[in-house]
Amino acid sequence: MRILAIESSSLVASAAIADFGEDEILRAEYTTNLKKTHSQTLLPMIDEIMRTLDAEGDGIDAIAVAAGPGSFTGLRIGAATVKGLGLVWQKPVIPVPTVDAMAYQFYGTEHLICPIMDARRSQVYTGIYTFKNGTEFETRMPQCAMALADLCEELNRLGERVVFAGDGIPVARNILRDKLTVPYTFAPAHMNRQRAASVASLGAVLFREGKTVDADVFAPDYLRVSQAERERKERAEHGEEHCPAVTVE
Amino acid sequence: MYLKMENQSAQKDTYILAVETSCDETAAAVVKNGRKALSNVISSQIAIHTLYGGVVPEIASRKHIEAVNPVIKQALADAGMRLEDMDAIAVTSGPGLVGALLVGVAEAKAIAFAAKKPLVGVHHIEGHICANYIENPDLEPPFLCLVISGGHTHLVKVTDYGRYEILGKTRDDAAGEAFDKVARSIGLGYPGGPKVDALAKEGNPEAIHFPRAVIDGAPYDFSFSGLKSAVLNYLNSCEMKGEEVNRADVAASFEQAVVDSLVSRTMHAAKETGYRKVAIAGGVAANSAIRAALKTACEENGYAFYYPSPVLCTDNAAMIGSAGYYEYLSGVRHGWDLNAVPNLELGNDIV
Repeated sequence: MRILAIESSSLVASAAIADFGEDEILRAEYTTNLKKTHSQTLLPMIDEIMRTLDAEGDGIDAIAVAAGPGSFTGLRIGAATVKGLGLVWQKPVIPVPTVDAMAYQFYGTEHLICPIMDARRSQVYTGIYTFKNGTEFETRMPQCAMALADLCEELNRLGERVVFAGDGIPVARNILRDKLTVPYTFAPAHMNRQRAASVASLGAVLFREGKTVDADVFAPDYLRVSQAERERKERAEHGEEHCPAVTVE
Repeated sequence: MYLKMENQSAQKDTYILAVETSCDETAAAVVKNGRKALSNVISSQIAIHTLYGGVVPEIASRKHIEAVNPVIKQALADAGMRLEDMDAIAVTSGPGLVGALLVGVAEAKAIAFAAKKPLVGVHHIEGHICANYIENPDLEPPFLCLVISGGHTHLVKVTDYGRYEILGKTRDDAAGEAFDKVARSIGLGYPGGPKVDALAKEGNPEAIHFPRAVIDGAPYDFSFSGLKSAVLNYLNSCEMKGEEVNRADVAASFEQAVVDSLVSRTMHAAKETGYRKVAIAGGVAANSAIRAALKTACEENGYAFYYPSPVLCTDNAAMIGSAGYYEYLSGVRHGWDLNAVPNLELGNDIV
């Protein structure tokens, strides 16, 4: 089984092709982390790895994609790309939770794995995972948006060693130092950001569990409503009159 | 990446699959030889944005993701064609809401890539202008085109297929924006254009004198923010005096001021350029008073007047397919790095 995987949930743009049989083999991966838009980088990267491998659409069995959370725009560029590819190739989409895929890079560790992505509004997108007995991927806290202080509290409550990854580290570093009572480390460069290879690997697991969707109905899991919807709900809850405002996000 | 290829042979029929997601309509169409819309599918989001009194960009982008594949499939099905039959994929790459544009651009690029078809990025305003080619199979450049929509007010010289010179544009609000804001101020809600148009029919266009802005040294430029303020001031002063507002008169008088600004500049431009053909385009071109006034003015001056039917005035993909066809014919091809450009200028090459 061959999977094309796409990761565009953050500044990282990443595309990978991996084969999953008796052996699991990453055939190609192209990952960048720069400020160029995914609109400019993602499809050229897919083109590049497919040409390098002489790969054709009909040789791809499924398209795995980091399905959220993440940058709304980044997620949508990835989503529209897989929807277009899936429409033409008539191949299923495997939505892979972004934070789960980040944690899956730490295969084998029995410590807690805690990816943190900068989610703005003084929150991070995060989750807590481990590999039970070093083999079984276990979610201790599903991915969500939460305040860093609350995350620290939860990790302290669990009381185990933690390894952190993600672009939330630079902003979180001082808070973690002040609040955490458990031992922790930061992952090195090859596993501390999003990678399409990990989306492919976890995607293969989900594929075997039948967790695929049709490209036509796939949509990202943003974990958050839009600002306008949130404010409208708040107004409704506070009993304020409907005040039509043009919102720019 | 941007390439200009050798001219294509126009011998065989050319089919373009076009995608448009620049604002709040998810649209796809199949267009034959730039002139015939074999399908024109539009999934409108108006109902949801009405809750917010205007288009919410993030919501628009999310809705595009949900609608885009079914809309494209429907466009192919309505045309009775397959993706393999297409000669190229055209997509609006700007201007518009960046998040909304990106959905169409990423989708169209992926389709073109996977189906091994050429990709052509299209300017949204060029699309609006080209709606006239679909509506009027005999229309050929050169002609003058007034593009009026929620985001744009442009007076354009169409010197040739794919060749545009902007004579004038709005300095502040677009014509459609003014309609939306005035509609909101008299309690009509969103979208304002059709609602003001309907109410104005019951009012007296000469009841209230609202200003017609003139810009020194820029005879073809427009300004509608002063007009909008004048309407708001009028409403305020009525409220202060405790006078009842005749909303139909406000709508009619406001609309008349817009009509006068548009017609006078368009006729002046036609006279100065010597062009004998005048066209209108864009969502506001569906406004009945504007259409009627321009038609009369053109008849009086001996100009041929062209206007798309309302479905081709508002955002749609058939117009993008027409524009894409002429760009394709002139050899334009875009690479997989095509980006969305929210403030793309008309007349510049899309890179």
